[in-house]
Amino acid sequence: MQIQGLRSGYGGKPVLQGIDLEVGKGEIVAVIGRNGVGKSTLMRALMGLLPATAGQILIDDKDVTQVSPHKRARMGIGYIPQGRDVFPRMTVAENLAVGETLLKPGTSPDYDRIYQYFPVLKERASQRAGTLSGGQQQQLAIARVLVGRPNIILLDEPSEGIQPNIVQDIARNVRDLNRELGLTVLFVEQNLDMIMLLAQHCFVIDKGQIVARLSAEDLNDPDAVRRYLAL
Amino acid sequence: MLEGLFAFLFQFGDAFAFLVLSASGLAIIFGMMGVINLAHGEFIMCGAYVTVTAAQAGLPLPLAIACGSLAAGIIGIILERAIINRLFNRPLDTIVATWGISLIATQGTLILLGSTMPGVGTPLGSFSVGDYSFSEYRVVLMAIAVLLMGGLYLLFHRTRYGILARATIQVPHMASALGVNTKVVHSLTFGLGAAMAGLAGGLYAPTMTLVPTMGTAFIVESFVTVVVGGADVFLGTAPAALILAFIKSGMTGLYGQLFGLIGLLLTVIVVIRIMPRGLSGWLLRGRE
Ligand SMILES: Nc1ncnc2c1ncn2[C@@H]1O[C@H](COP(=O)(O)OP(=O)(O)O)[C@@H](O)[C@H]1O
Ligand SMILES: [Mg+2]
Repeated sequence: MQIQGLRSGYGGKPVLQGIDLEVGKGEIVAVIGRNGVGKSTLMRALMGLLPATAGQILIDDKDVTQVSPHKRARMGIGYIPQGRDVFPRMTVAENLAVGETLLKPGTSPDYDRIYQYFPVLKERASQRAGTLSGGQQQQLAIARVLVGRPNIILLDEPSEGIQPNIVQDIARNVRDLNRELGLTVLFVEQNLDMIMLLAQHCFVIDKGQIVARLSAEDLNDPDAVRRYLAL
Repeated sequence: MLEGLFAFLFQFGDAFAFLVLSASGLAIIFGMMGVINLAHGEFIMCGAYVTVTAAQAGLPLPLAIACGSLAAGIIGIILERAIINRLFNRPLDTIVATWGISLIATQGTLILLGSTMPGVGTPLGSFSVGDYSFSEYRVVLMAIAVLLMGGLYLLFHRTRYGILARATIQVPHMASALGVNTKVVHSLTFGLGAAMAGLAGGLYAPTMTLVPTMGTAFIVESFVTVVVGGADVFLGTAPAALILAFIKSGMTGLYGQLFGLIGLLLTVIVVIRIMPRGLSGWLLRGRE
């Protein structure tokens, strides 16, 4: 996925001021930055939920900048928003069933595998999603896109409002998924643990622009990362 | 005594069937799209007219009713594509637009088909319990109302369309980010609501006079049911219809038809004061 000069925002309010970044196949890339710098806005713009006012988004070298969200999703993008956005009055199983919409024709969902990663979802298959804890909702939101076998997932602050031990669990699951299925991961995060556990390299965003790129070595130094988060 | 009880139960069932059948289309469009459809009565009228036309052309009544429902549904889908979806997220404009559609439909029918149309007689016969005589067709309508609720429940909980429609109303942007074409879902949902209205029209066509304004005969009851029930078809419309049917048949039995209607309207006023989001909003409080 390549993003060039992407600008977007809300109505008259520009937020993204020309974002350039690139995510290679099978990579785990983080976008980090303080609150309110435009991380979630970037994710929404990548998904097509916000229109791009300038710039380009290329997926597998195809220009998808003007493609509507549901078509973009069916090209193999799985979006896991900040706040999870599970369907609160539907059961866990029904939430997962919605994810089947992402499947390419001729493929079928592999629920056994998904329940292997997230056993708690199997236990709670007939429970309403709105009654799950934050960590369980996060797992459901991830599982819901995995049902559709995406090539790339966009993960917005997966650690937000979740206990530290569950953060570790989710990081390990995402790492396994990346290794076993070759899943490409672009995630947004402020939580130092999650960034260090998961990211292979990372972009720093501030005021709607990418201001730095950190390599794997840079990510080994927590103090350096912390400095960028406090930028 | 027993005869009186049966007579009351019959009135109650009859009122329940009327409330459920006339409200379900309105409730689906409101509950699953957030659209207040002021042309609801005209979809009912359309269903009735098509049903009677088909029956007079020689189709058996059940098939004729299916035609009426289908015709209203197709017109609903066309209107959604042409007008309603352009007003997405503009509820007040949608109300004005559907009101406009309603006026055009009644006046258009008046101009094209005249002020009245010969109907078909009420099918089936009657049976008596004690001194009272009851229409068998009304019993069929009660059974259909119950089956319709069950059928709609299955549709929204067991079919792919139903699951995607519920996802779309609960978190629209997330449904589309998961690949759901929400525009198609909205068109189908509006079509379904219109088809349910058409079904009500078809089912009641044999019992009433066909005039272009016949939809208004259903409007009060259907809006009352949806307002009392709130946005959930199953937790709202069905219990609201039960309660309202009880009040309406009780008041009608005791004091006559006018008081039946007054009872309905008083109930609405009381319910809106206590539960602004209707029965289903109250039942589901704190669960969002
Ligand atoms: N729905 C919205 N409408 C208008 N402005 C918004 C909306 N969501 C976020 N913003 C604004 O856009 C900016 C970036 O927000 P966001 O992308 O959510 O930041 P981050 O995810 O990095 O914390 C903020 O100034 C925020 O106030
Ligand atoms: Mg955010």
